[in-house]
Amino acid sequence: MTVVEVSRHPVRRLGDRVFAGASTGAAITILATLAGVAIFLTVEGVPGILASPDEVKSGESFLPYVGPLVFGTLLAAAIALVIAVPVSIGVALFISHYAPRRLAAVMGYLIDLLAAVPSVVYGLWGIGFLAGKLVAPYGWLEEHLGFLPFFAGPASATGRTILTVGIVLAVMILPIMTAICREVFLQTPRLHEEAALALGATRWEMARLAVFPHARSGIISGAMLGLGRALGETMAVAMVLSASGVVSWNLISSTNPSTIAANIALSFKEASGLTVNALVASGLVLFVITFVVNVAARLVVDRRKDFSGADA
Amino acid sequence: MATSIDVSDLNIYYGDFLAVEGVTIPIAARSVTAFIGPSGCGKSTFLRSLNRMHEVVRGARVEGKVLVDGEDLYGDDVDPVDVRRMVGMVFQRPNPFPTMSIYDNVLAGQRLNSKRMKKTDADDAVERALRSAGLWAEVKDRLDRPGSGLSGGQQQRLCIARAISVEPEVLLMDEPCSALDPISTIVIEDLIHELKAQYTIVIVTHNMQQAARVSDTTAFFNLAGVGMPGRLVEHGATEKIFSNPDESATEAYIQGRFG
Repeated sequence: MTVVEVSRHPVRRLGDRVFAGASTGAAITILATLAGVAIFLTVEGVPGILASPDEVKSGESFLPYVGPLVFGTLLAAAIALVIAVPVSIGVALFISHYAPRRLAAVMGYLIDLLAAVPSVVYGLWGIGFLAGKLVAPYGWLEEHLGFLPFFAGPASATGRTILTVGIVLAVMILPIMTAICREVFLQTPRLHEEAALALGATRWEMARLAVFPHARSGIISGAMLGLGRALGETMAVAMVLSASGVVSWNLISSTNPSTIAANIALSFKEASGLTVNALVASGLVLFVITFVVNVAARLVVDRRKDFSGADA
Repeated sequence: MATSIDVSDLNIYYGDFLAVEGVTIPIAARSVTAFIGPSGCGKSTFLRSLNRMHEVVRGARVEGKVLVDGEDLYGDDVDPVDVRRMVGMVFQRPNPFPTMSIYDNVLAGQRLNSKRMKKTDADDAVERALRSAGLWAEVKDRLDRPGSGLSGGQQQRLCIARAISVEPEVLLMDEPCSALDPISTIVIEDLIHELKAQYTIVIVTHNMQQAARVSDTTAFFNLAGVGMPGRLVEHGATEKIFSNPDESATEAYIQGRFG
């Protein structure tokens, strides 16, 4: 043992200082970028929000203009999430707890590959293949479930509906959500899995007793990442959807609400003057929505912190 | 309720590796049987084979017979899930479900077995199990708090309560005190004495004094050599094993000459 020297100037190694500086710098860069985007959206967007109806191309004041877009954005993302969450949990559970090891590795690889497909390809697949295949099912839905407002019809003849968009988006967000779920499922403590099995749990019951509770916050994080992507997805939506700026719960008709991102992409080229500002303002709205979604997710994850098992 | 166990010529394999060889041992109902032996001698593996928990390792299989109440655990039409509902287990480290309250932890097993319970029945079952585990007085005012907030010894008794709330025939304990302090250990040992009136208890321990204190019968496991399978050297009344064992290896181990 040596006596610790007390000095006025604690020795700090060069490497330590460089690393501390580099990581602090990286953190500040993120904040600065975020602030820059927020400032740009606000400064450029405010004139668009305040513009009078006859100054912009849509001929509407801002709220009636952006309202249907917000609705469409949330609807498409919600459909995607409703489809993708159970599927990704199922696939992840299969890979982590059911599949033989070799098959699990191949499946994991294929899922990751799905994440590398560019969104324009999903758009092509949606419009060229999926939409056409879905015309008949939509007719069936209208006929048999038409009493529900979602399937009131008349069913689209092209299949280019908000539901098709939701399905395409679900496929797009599946890989990231599956990858995250798989990782957290694999980290379930062996101890808790064995506790469940020793009580006479089947594999599915073990998943419910030990795996899902442990993975809860991870599943929510994964879903939020997927939701973020679905909210902001531009190309696939712009290509697939035949949009007409309405607010409608009808998921299978040919009149569909557009989404903010797709609307910006489709309108930006021909826009000028205050119309551009209005588009930027709609971007600001999307920014705020994404922010609110993330805060909400954080709150959900933090709730019942005592029960999180972080100390076990 | 409690039943005897009859093991004959049991070989346990992990893949091609023979981990435990040729174990034959009768385990009497309503008694405490302790397995002792050096690390890696297969006593935990053998314990886990008594409720097929060793099968969580890929490639695990057995040859031979384990009869509980005359029925072979490894029969062709026997589901390991049913075996584990009949033969409960307590692990080395306390493992209450961290996301569940104390109340829900105790009921976890029963909720698997039966669809719905009346609230009063559930309350009764929780109180009964916690009383049997000697934990009721300490937790009755905070049943809705997470089990992970308890001390290590309390958590282990919660795990015992969880295991006995489904009223198994046999209770297996895999070094249940090795992660606990001496005071908590005494509490658990006293509990084992009380529980053997109702359950057939099999306990693995590294602590020879503990085996001497809690068990009626002791079985000594050892390795024939490095890389060789573990095997049962001898078993008998605890007093005899600790005072006058038949095998010299047992005597050497008990006197602390190896292990």
